[in-house]
Amino acid sequence: MSDKKPERREFLFTASYAVGAVGVGAVVWPLIDQMNPDASVKALASTEVDVSSVKPGNTITVLWRGKPVFIRRRTPEEISEAKAVKMEDLKHPEKDEDRAKKPEWLVMLGVCTHLGCVPLNDKGDYDGWFCPCHGSHYDTSGRIRKGPAPTNMEVPKYEFVNANTIKIG
Amino acid sequence: MSDHDYQPSSKLGKWFNDRLPLLTLSNHLTEYPTPKNLNYWWTFGGILTFCLVTQIVTGITLAMHYIADSDLAFASVEHIMRDVNYGWLIRYIHANGASMFFLAVYIHIFRSLYYGSYKSPREVIWIIGMIIYLLMMMTAFMGYVLPWGQMSFWGATVITNLFSAIPFVGEGIVSWLWGGFAVDNPTLTRFYALHYLLPFLILGLVVLHIWALHVPGNNNPIGIDIKKPSKDTVPFHPYIVIKDGFALLMFMIVFAFFVFYSPNILGHADNYIEANPMVTPAHIVPEWYLLPFYAILRSVPDKLLGVIAMFAAIFVLVILPWLDTSKIRSAVFRPLFRQFYWILFIDVLILGYMGAMPAEGLYLLIARVATGYYFIHFLVILPILGFKEKTLPVPLSITEPILGGSPNLSMAKNKESIDK
Repeated sequence: MSDKKPERREFLFTASYAVGAVGVGAVVWPLIDQMNPDASVKALASTEVDVSSVKPGNTITVLWRGKPVFIRRRTPEEISEAKAVKMEDLKHPEKDEDRAKKPEWLVMLGVCTHLGCVPLNDKGDYDGWFCPCHGSHYDTSGRIRKGPAPTNMEVPKYEFVNANTIKIG
Repeated sequence: MSDHDYQPSSKLGKWFNDRLPLLTLSNHLTEYPTPKNLNYWWTFGGILTFCLVTQIVTGITLAMHYIADSDLAFASVEHIMRDVNYGWLIRYIHANGASMFFLAVYIHIFRSLYYGSYKSPREVIWIIGMIIYLLMMMTAFMGYVLPWGQMSFWGATVITNLFSAIPFVGEGIVSWLWGGFAVDNPTLTRFYALHYLLPFLILGLVVLHIWALHVPGNNNPIGIDIKKPSKDTVPFHPYIVIKDGFALLMFMIVFAFFVFYSPNILGHADNYIEANPMVTPAHIVPEWYLLPFYAILRSVPDKLLGVIAMFAAIFVLVILPWLDTSKIRSAVFRPLFRQFYWILFIDVLILGYMGAMPAEGLYLLIARVATGYYFIHFLVILPILGFKEKTLPVPLSITEPILGGSPNLSMAKNKESIDK
């Protein structure tokens, strides 16, 4: 068989399989894609938060796209503690300046980057957060310092609409 | 087997059987020659079938009252517990039934490990069994999410986040699983659909599992090939049916004890608090039957490697027929294997206990050692043991030790030469 030129029948087989595969793919894709986030979920893109009542040292938690967002009004000690950390000591090196637009306000997703639990505020070895699920410790900049989480807590897109209002998303 | 010779006695039966040989099948199942030395560890196949049917029947009845909606699910479960006639009973049977199902499947798997039932020619039975076990874990996990309590929600969050460890596509996969940016209503409704579907896939695989079993026939406590039918076998009915039935009754007593006297002892109090995406419970623990794997996951400090280790722990079981190099099936004739078997058994219990404890300090250290040993058992000890171990002489048949003198190898060989 291999010595001979491909015959018309073999060509027809190959062509039929190829067209069939495309057809199956075209039918299967909608069935897979229907599980992706739908239009109504995606529409809940941004949330505005009034932070005027937050006292220094306190943290509030707001819900954005089904996930908690931590907004901490940091004390000067917490800010200097976060800035004093050397980059070599970090598992996921990020400067505090790059994580907080205004040093006083730390805004980040309150989701542990290990397996998605909500870390506890003011706990852990680094005065920041501690995840009770599998023991990850975060510092006052929300950076991973100890434990199984691979990266720092994520900083979402946010902006200050005015001095007292933060828009997340 | 003389299946093809079977002729129904009645004229109608013959007419029907010629068109659809169901009576031949039923005759095969009745006459099916079974080793006569099967002990009570062999009754768990029947018990598991009972568990599956119980879960399907109670599950379908619960589905008539449950509402898969993140605003209504929690209340609808309470509605089942308080308002629906016998709803409390059906739900407690279903919830504890899952635990009983896993209890039975673990006994079934450990029986297989002890008597070498996974070895040639029964590898396919074993692999189908492992697929059933995987599907059982998925079904149980998704079922646990449905009451939409705190453990449901955070268990779902942690387990689905396992997939985020996959490089590049992980986040996309997780968001696809969730249908959103967190576990939410779309997650609940799809888990409900799949929780309803998977048991029927399991049922189909159970049919294949039994079909594959009926090709070589049952293994037995001394793990030798037997002639079928012969003096070494008894017909499935009534001998095994009665034995399975008695064991099932004993099992149902245990089952009923949990359902009526401590229906919540295997659950978590936190799941009677409605799901709250803002607060994680202080101590997240999966259901008891997943704890050993959870301990393996947590004992590896790296996220991706932890997930890989957990899946590898199941995968080494799938390829076990090729990891165990010993030709002797039953641990009865493998003195060293028998000891390692019990060490592994204790190792898995330790892993289960560590999975329930916080992952820190001494617990974490012990979990790491136990995880290491688990893999060493399957990947190092079993392959080497098959070559190094001095096994005991194996009898030629089940009756031979009684009727044909001692199961001594030299005597057995003698007998062979005499027979020739």
